[in-house]
Parts: sequence; C-alpha cells; structure tokens
Amino acid sequence: MMQSKKKFNGFHLTQRANNILSRTLSYLGLVMLSLVWIIPILWIVLSAFRTETNVDGDLIGIVVSNYFPTKLGFDNFINLFTNSFYGVKGAFPMWMLNTLIVAVVSCVVSTFLVLSVAYCMSKLRFKMRKAWMNLTMILGLFPGFMSMIAVYFLLKSIGLAGNTAESAYLNILGLILAYSAGAGMGFQVAKGFFDVLPTSLVESAKLDGCSNFRIFLKIILPMSKPIIIYTALMSFTGPWMDFIFAKVIIGQGAPECWTVSVGLYSLLFGPQSDANLFTQFAAGCVCIGIPIVGLFMFLQKYYVEGVTAGAVKG
Amino acid sequence: MADVQKPSLENGKEKKNVFLVACKAVGHFLTSIGKSIGSFLKKLGLKIGRAFKNLWQIFVDGSIGTKLSFFFCGSGNLYHKQFFKGFLYLIFQIAFILFMVLCPEINNTPYGWKALRNLALMGNPESYVIFRPGELPIKVEKDDSKLLLLFGLVTIAVVILYIIVWFSNIKSSYKSDQDVKAGRKPTSFKQDMSSLLDNRFHFMMLTPTAIAALIFTVIPTIFMICMAFTTYNDFDMNAALDPYYKNLFHWNGLTNFLDIFEGSTTLGREIGARFFPVLGWTMVWAVFATFTCYFGGILLAILINKKGIRFKKVFRTVFILTIAIPQFISLLAMRNILSGQGPVNQILQNLGWIDSAIGFLGNNTSGDNPYLAKFMVILINMWLGIPYTMLMTSGILMNIPSDLYEAARVDGATKTKMLFKITFPYIIFVTTPYLISSFIGNINSFNTIFLLTGGGPNVVGGTYVAGETDLLVTWLYKLTITNGEYNTGAVIGIFTFLITATITLITYRRSKAYKEEDTFQ
Repeated sequence: MMQSKKKFNGFHLTQRANNILSRTLSYLGLVMLSLVWIIPILWIVLSAFRTETNVDGDLIGIVVSNYFPTKLGFDNFINLFTNSFYGVKGAFPMWMLNTLIVAVVSCVVSTFLVLSVAYCMSKLRFKMRKAWMNLTMILGLFPGFMSMIAVYFLLKSIGLAGNTAESAYLNILGLILAYSAGAGMGFQVAKGFFDVLPTSLVESAKLDGCSNFRIFLKIILPMSKPIIIYTALMSFTGPWMDFIFAKVIIGQGAPECWTVSVGLYSLLFGPQSDANLFTQFAAGCVCIGIPIVGLFMFLQKYYVEGVTAGAVKG
Repeated sequence: MADVQKPSLENGKEKKNVFLVACKAVGHFLTSIGKSIGSFLKKLGLKIGRAFKNLWQIFVDGSIGTKLSFFFCGSGNLYHKQFFKGFLYLIFQIAFILFMVLCPEINNTPYGWKALRNLALMGNPESYVIFRPGELPIKVEKDDSKLLLLFGLVTIAVVILYIIVWFSNIKSSYKSDQDVKAGRKPTSFKQDMSSLLDNRFHFMMLTPTAIAALIFTVIPTIFMICMAFTTYNDFDMNAALDPYYKNLFHWNGLTNFLDIFEGSTTLGREIGARFFPVLGWTMVWAVFATFTCYFGGILLAILINKKGIRFKKVFRTVFILTIAIPQFISLLAMRNILSGQGPVNQILQNLGWIDSAIGFLGNNTSGDNPYLAKFMVILINMWLGIPYTMLMTSGILMNIPSDLYEAARVDGATKTKMLFKITFPYIIFVTTPYLISSFIGNINSFNTIFLLTGGGPNVVGGTYVAGETDLLVTWLYKLTITNGEYNTGAVIGIFTFLITATITLITYRRSKAYKEEDTFQ
C-alpha cells in the first residue's frame, strides 16, 4: 500500500487538488439546488405570516412586490380560523376535522386491505392470481378521472354523496368508502416488499403445520414493520394531499363536508374566491403542511424503504 | 463527385433500413397482438367448453342431491347433511330470485329484470312510452338514464356473482359426493371455516377487496366505457323541450367515434382538429416529464451520496420537503409565484427588466407564448419529481456491488465512464418497471397540468378545443365537467386507455421483472 502511494506521489497530489475542486463544486451545486427547492416553500410560509395592509386598510393578498414581508403577524391564521367561508362559520377547522376523520378511517381500512392483498399475491399461489394481477394493471390504465364521475353517481344513488348540510356526514362516509375501496388495487409496493422476504421461512412454517393465517400473523407481519408504516403513512396522507377525487366526490355537496384541499382550492378558485384570500390560503397550507411534513420527517426511514421496494418491483 | 455522393447514398440506404426495421417491428407487434388475442379467445373457448363438459359429467355422475343442486342451490349439501352450508346457498338463491323478480327501487329506478330491460332501452317504459313518440304519457316520472345505466350494470354484476355462487354450490356438493364414495365424512361447516384460514386463505383475504373493487372500480370503468356509445351530453339533453327528456339519453353506437373522424358536427370537427396536437403534446410531456425527473434524480442522488460530502441528511431533508408537502399546495404556490401579480413578475418589473408581466404559465391571457408555458410546466414538474427519484435511487446506489467499481478502476476506467457503463445501466436495469409506470402516470398526470396552467394558453377556435398545455386527461375533464359532453369525454378516455395499454403491453411484457417474477423469491 505504502509502496504504491510513493510510486504515484505526483498523481496523488493532483488528484487531491482535483478532489477538493470537485467537492467544492458539489457543495456549491447542492446549496444552489437546495435554494431552488426551498424558495417557493419559504414564500408560502412567509405569505402566511405577512400582515401588510393595502390602501383600503385590508390585509393584502397576492399583490405583493417584495419577496420578504415588511410586517409579520398571526392575523391570517386568526382570520382563517374565525372567518366564515361559503356562509359556514368556522369552516376551516371543520374542514380540518373532516379530513382528519377521513384520513384516520381510510388509513386503517386501506392498510388492512393493501397488506392482505399484497401477501396473497406475493406468497400464495392460487388459480386466479395472474388474472387478478393483469386485471389490476388493465384497470389502472384507464384515466381514473372518468370512473370518478361514475363513483359519484353510484354514491349519490345510495344517498352517500351530494347531500345538504344536515346530512353532511353521509358525504364524508361516502368519501371514506371511495378512498378505502380503491386501496386494494394499489398493492404493488407492498408486494415488492413481501417478494423479497425469504420464502423458505414460509415453507418451513408450513411443514411445521402452521396455517396460512398464522404464518401471515406470526411470521410475515412482524417482519414487515417498514411496509406497514409506509402503507399507513401513504393512506393517511392521501386524503390531505388528494384534490381531484375529493372535489368530484364531495365538491358538489355542502361546504360543511369538504376536506381541506377542496376548501383551500375554493378560496382561490371558485364562486366566492378572492385574490385577497391568498395569504389566508397560505396560512391554511402551513396549518396542514406542518403536521404532514413532520410526519414524513419522523417516518423518513420507512418511507425511503417503501419507495425503494416500490422502485424495484414497480 | 463520386466521393460526395457515396456517403449520402449510404445514408439513404441506412434510413431505408431503419424505416424497414421500424415497419417490420410494428408489423411484428400487430401480428403478435392478433395472435395473442386469437390464442386468448381460443383458450377461453376451450375453457368454457371444458367447463360445460365437466358440468355435464358432474350432472351424470353426481348423486341425486348434486343433480338437484343444479336447480335448487344447496340441496346437495343438505342431502349430505351439511345443513349450515346448504341453507346459506339456498338463502342466497332465494335472495337472488327475489332481487330479480321483485325489482327493488331506489330513486324510482328499479333493479332486477327491469333494470336489464331498461339498460337495453335506456328508458323506463313504465314511466313513459319512449319508443312510441306521439302517444300520451301514461305516467310521467323523471327517469334518469345515468341511473338506468348504472343499475343495469350493477344487476349484471349481481347475475355474474350468482353464477359464480351457483358453480361453487355444484362443486361443493360434488366434492361431498366424492368424499362419501371414498368412505370419508363430508367436511363439516367448522372444517370449511378453518380451511378459510389455511388452504383458502386467499379467498378470505381477497373477497373484501374484490367486492370493493367490483363496485368502485370495475363497474365505474365499464360505466365510463358505455357512456362513449350513448348520446349523453348536457347540451342535447337540456335542449329537450319535454322536461321528461332532460335526464334521458340513449344508445347511439359508434356515432361519437365517427363524428370525431369525419368531423360531421361542430363538436366532432373541433375535437378532431385538436386531437392529434393534444396527443402529440401528451407524448412529449410524458417523455420529458419522465426522463428529466428520472435522470435528474439519479444525478442528484449521485451528488448527495458522493464520498466526502457532509450534511447528507440535511440536503436529503431539504429535498424530501417537496414530497411531504401536499402536491396541490406546492403546485398552487408555484402558480401564484409565477402569475402576473406574483413576486417573480413584480420583482422583474421593479428591476426594470421587463415592461409588462410575462405569462409564464399562460393562464392569464390567450396571447401567451405556448412554448414558454410548456417549458415551465416541465421545469416545475422536475422540481416536484426529482426528489422522489433521488430518494429511490439513493437506496439502489448503495446496493450496487462495489467490486464492479473496483474491477473498473483496475482496468483504468475514468469516473465518467464508470457512471455511464456501471451506475446508469445498473439503476436503469433495476428500475425499468418504475420507469414504465411513471411514464403511464405522466400520461395521466392530471394534477400538475390542471393546477398549474389549467390547460392554458387558450387556443382560439371553438368551445371544445383544448388549450396548449392540455393533456388528454385534462381535456377530458374540461369536456365532461365544463362542457357536459360526457360521451365525447368518454371517447377521449377510451383513446387514452388504448394508448397507455399499447405502451404497457410493448414494454412491460418484455421487461425482465415481469418475465422472471419468481426468480427473486
């Protein structure tokens, strides 16, 4: 080792200089890229806290010429939580609560469905397996938007969509149903994870007389903490992030049953939208962004594992 | 002279060759599709034939109980004293017959045999004699063709479900026959239940998903396909003078498809004129959106995971932020930042660099530069998508066997060479399925376009035309939600499906991950 270093001494020196140069460039590139990624996010956060007023004395909205605000405060948050939107008092907290309910329930149901389907597809061999997988793939190729309209009619015909304020909870129930029902089709990531788990374990357990149910419960599930957390995280954050599905299913119903994404969108675009509401929109974004981002950061390890499992097996 | 001509000649030859090869490939693909459809139909026919033969065999061989179970579900099981199972089958059959005969109604729309009749007629003859115009209505109730179609499909699903249960009833009875013949006792209900946890575990686990998928995915998708063959659009339906017709549409075969190809109506002409430009842009978008994010993400991952770079976690966290923030927020934020009144335009104007606001995303006026909007959309999509690929490839980068690099270093390969000869091929090999699914996802990428540009800049020339950055999906949204042209929207939806299906068939079926699914296990 020493000998080789001596031999190529000159080469090493230039390589070191080269290394320092390339490292500096890498840092520079990374910092620049980080700025590009952060600036839009920071702007939303700053907008949420800006309290400059316009000529009329109202809080300004979108019309700003400076990136950094001159006055900061919590006015936007206070307005957001106390103002009434679309004639509903305290609409925003209501939307938050709706989304939380939808997220929790559909998280539990979806995680169960996804894991059970993924396990069957990965570790069990049965007659309709290939057919099922092909059917799932084919259905996934249709633009999901078109079937959403039919789902809306379907829910409406059984009274779970398009209801007025008095029975707004029925709309929410319909949304939960629609979210959870589609979950079983998205088993590919979890299947990719199960595929990598050694089959020999399953086989030896089977030789010991273990039933498939016990194998799933006692052997597979304890080994799949990452994928359980990943699936739960995805289905919990889904309702907070989804916009178009929620808009089609509950957008026509009373504002009392909206989720945050539908509500926040309606502040910017909609019959009662207003450019001056932009700072309140930003405040709303911060309100839902912080818990979700926190959750992601907290569970980052599992998220990355899930993403990698999904990558390899698509 | 000859020297100059020679290369051009060769070039021409090469071009011709490439063209020929491409033709051959397409021809090969088409014949292979034809062949595979043919073999599929043949297999299906054989399967059905065999099933009937088996059924006949069972009928001949079976005990009197099994023979009866062809007509009365569960009688075979009752004959073998499997009372619980037998009664379950019987109750199911009775419920099915009641459902079909009594036709329960929701919103004045019946299920059962009436639903099937209504599906064919797309009208309910009991509430109005639609196929005899001129005759006075006997009973005017506002029928809704949407519901007639939907309930008809649901009824068909119920019938299929019944047939499956009927088959399983015969099979179960026949199995008990065999058990008795072999001197065993027929399985008890308890045994059947416990087999659900073992041999037929998949049955128990998949049933809830199958039912949910049937109701919320399969039926809606078929509903959507059916809409393409009807006259379902708000314009025609609202034009009806008789209020009864306001919610009625009927089957019209391939008219909607022909309209687009022949351009015989205004709608068909406008859509036909814009279809190929939109399709072209959808493809361009999908290619750019997929590959910019893909290679950008790989490069970023290599940069972050480079030896000697510190604060890896900090950098990674910064990029994960964009994944964690709900997409509609970051997209709407981007839209506002780049809007006419947004900070970018304002700052540029304050600096005196530009005189009037630039329509970066083309959603302000129709005179905006379409190429700028398209470029910006792809750029912003990179902002959204690169972190995701970065995360994904980071894990894969660490899995590349290091002896590959060692060997390359010994052979004197440069770093760039290693990047192109080892790193990229390895990652691409491993992530091909992801690449395909992300390509398909981008073809159907509704959120990005809808929330960023809304399809703008607008194209002058009619009510139904798509904007410059509209993809097939967002156009579909406009046609259905904004214009109420459900049938034409469905036609576009079917085209989109055909395109994505072709791409998937060609690529996915050839990928190793699909062919060698079991090799990793």
